[in-house]
Amino acid sequence: MDSQTTYNYTVVRQFAVMSVIWGIVGMLVGVIIAAQLAFPELINGIPWLTYGRLRPLHTNAVIFAFGGSALFATSYYIVQRTCQTRLFGGPLVAFTFWGWQIIIVLAALTLPMGWTSGKEYAELEWPIDLLITLVWVAYAVVFFGTLYMRKVSHLYVANWFFGAYIITIAVLHLGNSAELPWIFFGASGATGIMKSYSAYPGAIDAMIQWWYGHNAVGFFLTTAFLGMMYYFVPKQAGRPVYSYRLSVVHFWALVSTYMWAGPHHLHYTALPDWAQTAGMVFSLVLLAPSWGGMINGIMTLSGAWHKLRDDPILKFLIVSLSFYGMSTFEGPMMSIKTVNAMSHYTDWTVGHVHSGALGWVAMVSIGSLYALIPVLFGKKEMYSKGLIETHFWIATIGVVLYAAALWISGVLQGLMWRAVNADGTLTYSFIESVERSYPFYYVRLLGGLLFLAGMVIMLFNVLKTVSQGSAAEADDAIPQAAGH
Amino acid sequence: MSEMSAFWQGWIIVLSVGNLLACLWLVWWATNKRTAAATGDVMPHTWDGTLQEYNNPLPRWWLWLFYGTIIFGAIYYTLYPGLWDGVLGWTSADKSFTKGDVVSQYEREMQKAEDTYGPIYAKYRSVAVADLAKDAEANGMGKRLFLTYCMQCHGSDAKGSTGFPNLSDSDWTWGGTPEQIQATIAVGRTAAMPPNAHLGEEAIDQVANYVMSLGGRGDPAKAEAGKAVFTSGGCIACHGPDAKGNPMLGAPNLTDNIWLYGASEGVIKKTITGGRNGLMPAHQGLLGEDKIHLLTAYVYSLSNK
Repeated sequence: MDSQTTYNYTVVRQFAVMSVIWGIVGMLVGVIIAAQLAFPELINGIPWLTYGRLRPLHTNAVIFAFGGSALFATSYYIVQRTCQTRLFGGPLVAFTFWGWQIIIVLAALTLPMGWTSGKEYAELEWPIDLLITLVWVAYAVVFFGTLYMRKVSHLYVANWFFGAYIITIAVLHLGNSAELPWIFFGASGATGIMKSYSAYPGAIDAMIQWWYGHNAVGFFLTTAFLGMMYYFVPKQAGRPVYSYRLSVVHFWALVSTYMWAGPHHLHYTALPDWAQTAGMVFSLVLLAPSWGGMINGIMTLSGAWHKLRDDPILKFLIVSLSFYGMSTFEGPMMSIKTVNAMSHYTDWTVGHVHSGALGWVAMVSIGSLYALIPVLFGKKEMYSKGLIETHFWIATIGVVLYAAALWISGVLQGLMWRAVNADGTLTYSFIESVERSYPFYYVRLLGGLLFLAGMVIMLFNVLKTVSQGSAAEADDAIPQAAGH
Repeated sequence: MSEMSAFWQGWIIVLSVGNLLACLWLVWWATNKRTAAATGDVMPHTWDGTLQEYNNPLPRWWLWLFYGTIIFGAIYYTLYPGLWDGVLGWTSADKSFTKGDVVSQYEREMQKAEDTYGPIYAKYRSVAVADLAKDAEANGMGKRLFLTYCMQCHGSDAKGSTGFPNLSDSDWTWGGTPEQIQATIAVGRTAAMPPNAHLGEEAIDQVANYVMSLGGRGDPAKAEAGKAVFTSGGCIACHGPDAKGNPMLGAPNLTDNIWLYGASEGVIKKTITGGRNGLMPAHQGLLGEDKIHLLTAYVYSLSNK
C-alpha cells in the first residue's frame, strides 16, 4: 500500500470524518455557553460547566479540532493530488492524526478542569503545547516533504497558502507559548505541575499574545482556508481559477501585511502609540489583499453561474466567499481607532468573528467536505443531495440570525456605554446594557442551534454515504505520466 | 517614538515602510511580468487532471482600492506617531515627563470635561450636606454619580452585598455624620480584623456563640464560656467591652444582628479564625471635592429622609 501507485486516503478519511464529529462537539459547546448568556442560572453553579471554562473549550474545539481536522484532511488530499505523489513521511503521517486527536481530547479534559495559561486561543498548558509542537513539526515534514517529492514542475496555488500557514503557525505557537512551567520553581500537585507563566512581562506579553491571536485568525482561519478554496472552487465549478496574477499579488501582500495587524486588539491601552498606528494602518492595507481571494474565488464561476442553481456544494462555497468578503471588509473598518473606541468589548466583535467563523470557515469546510467524502470512500456522490440543500439553508439562516443579532446588540452596547447626561455622568449603568441585550441573546442562541442542527444533518448524510452510497470506481491511483 | 533608541526606530521604519513599498513593487511586477500565456488566456499548466488558471489582469477597481489604502496609510503615518512623532504632535496619554509641553488626547478630553461639567457641580459647593440631601436636583446628580462610581460594590439600590456595607440603613461602621461619610469617600477606609486561629477551635466556637448571644441567638452554655474568651482573646480592644464596636477603627457593632460577611455560625467562625480585610478605595483624586460633596449628600439622604 505504501508504494507510489496510490494516494494515501486513509489519513484524509480519518481527518475528514473527525472534522464533522468535532464540528458537532465544538458547536454544541458553543450553543451551551450561548444558552448560559440567555439563561444565566442554567448550569446551577457546576464549576466545570461555567462560561469561563467552556468558552475556551468552544473556541479550541471549533478552530483547532473542527477547522484543524478539515485543514489536515484537505491539505493532505490537495498536496498529494496536485503534486502527483503519495504523502511523504511514512509513520509521521499517522502520528499527525493520532497526535492531533490526543491534543483535542486533552483540551477537552484540561480546560473544564480550569487548567489554562489564560492566553486567548492559546489556553492549553505547557505539556500540551509541547505535544502541539511535535505534531506540527511532523505536519511540516509531511507537507513539505511531499512538495519536494512532487512529479510536477509548478506548485499549485493552494499549496502556497497551505505552506505559509504551516510555517507561520509554527512561529506563532513557539513565540506566544514561551512560558515558564511552575514545576521548575517548586510546584507540586496536578494543578501545580500543569501551571505555567508567560515568559513576557506586561504590555509586551499583551502585544505577543495579539500578534499570535490575530495571526491565528490570519493564517489558520484565512490563509489555510483560502488554500482549501483554491482547490475545491475550481474543481467543483469545472472552471480555471480567475487570475494567476491576482493570486500571486494577493498571496504575498496578504501574508506580509497580516503580520502587523495584531495591535488593533490593543487600541487605547498601555501599548505604545506607534504600535497602535502600525496595527491600524496595516489592517486597512489588508483589505485589498484579503479581497483578492474573494475575487479569485467568485470570478472563477464567471461563465458557469447556472451551476449555482442546482449544486448545493457550490452554494456553500460561494456563500462562504461572500461572508469572507464581508468580514474582511468589516475587520479593517473595526480596526480604525475611532470605530474601535465604540465597537471594542461589545458583542459587535463576537458577531464579526462568527460571520467569519461560521460564514466563511465553517461553510467553505462543509462544502469542501461534501465534495471530498464521496471520493475518499469510493462513492459516486453524497447519499442525499436534498439533505445538503437543507443543510445549506439552515446554516445560512443560522449565520445571518447569529451575526445580525450581535451586530445590533454590539452597537446598542457601544452607544449605551458612552451615553452621558447633561452633568457628565453615565446615562446607563452596565447592567442596563445587559438587560437590553437579552432579546438578542435569544436570537443568537437560535442561530447557533440552527447551525448545529445543520451539522447533525451532515453527519447523518456522511454516515449514510459511507454505508449505503452507490460505489464508484476507486479514484486513488497516481497518474504515472509526468505532469507539467 | 522619543522613548525608543534610534536603532529600534530605524528598524521599525525599515520594516513597515519596506513592507508597503514591497506591496507596490509586487503590483508593478505582476503587471509587467512576461508570463507564459497572453493576457486573458489559460496558463500552460494543469494540475490534478483539470485544474488550470487564467492569466487575467488585476481588476482595475481592486488596484485602486489597494493604492487608496496605501495612500491613506502614508498620510496617517505622516500625521500620527508611527515612524516618528508625526506632524500633529498627537499622543494618546500623558508624555509630559519626557516631552515637556505635549498635551495628550487624554489630558485634552479631561480638560474639556472639566470646563463643561465643572461649573454644574461647583454651584453646590457652599450648600450644607443636610440641606443638599433635601434638594431634588442635587440628589438626582448624586444618584447618577453613585450609579457610575459606587454601584459596582454597593449595588444600584445601595443595599450592599456580602463584604460591602448597606448604605441605606442607619448602621454605620465608620460613622454616619456628613463629615464622616465625606471622609470615607474622599480618603477611603481600610478595615483589618486580624486572624485568631491561635485561640484554638474550642475557644473560637465559644466566642462565636457569645457574639451570637448578643443578638439573642447561639448556645447559652458555649456563650457563657465565650464571654471570657472575648476579653482574654483581645476582641474587646476594637469591639469594646460592650461589643458595640468603634467607628474610629471601623470595628462593627456585634450586638445589632447586622453582619457584613454573613450571620451564620459557620461564617462567624470563619471571620474569627481567618480575619477579614475590608477596603473602601479613596476617590479624592478621581472625583474631586465638588462631586464628593454631592455624593456625600446623596448617601446621607438614604438614611436621613
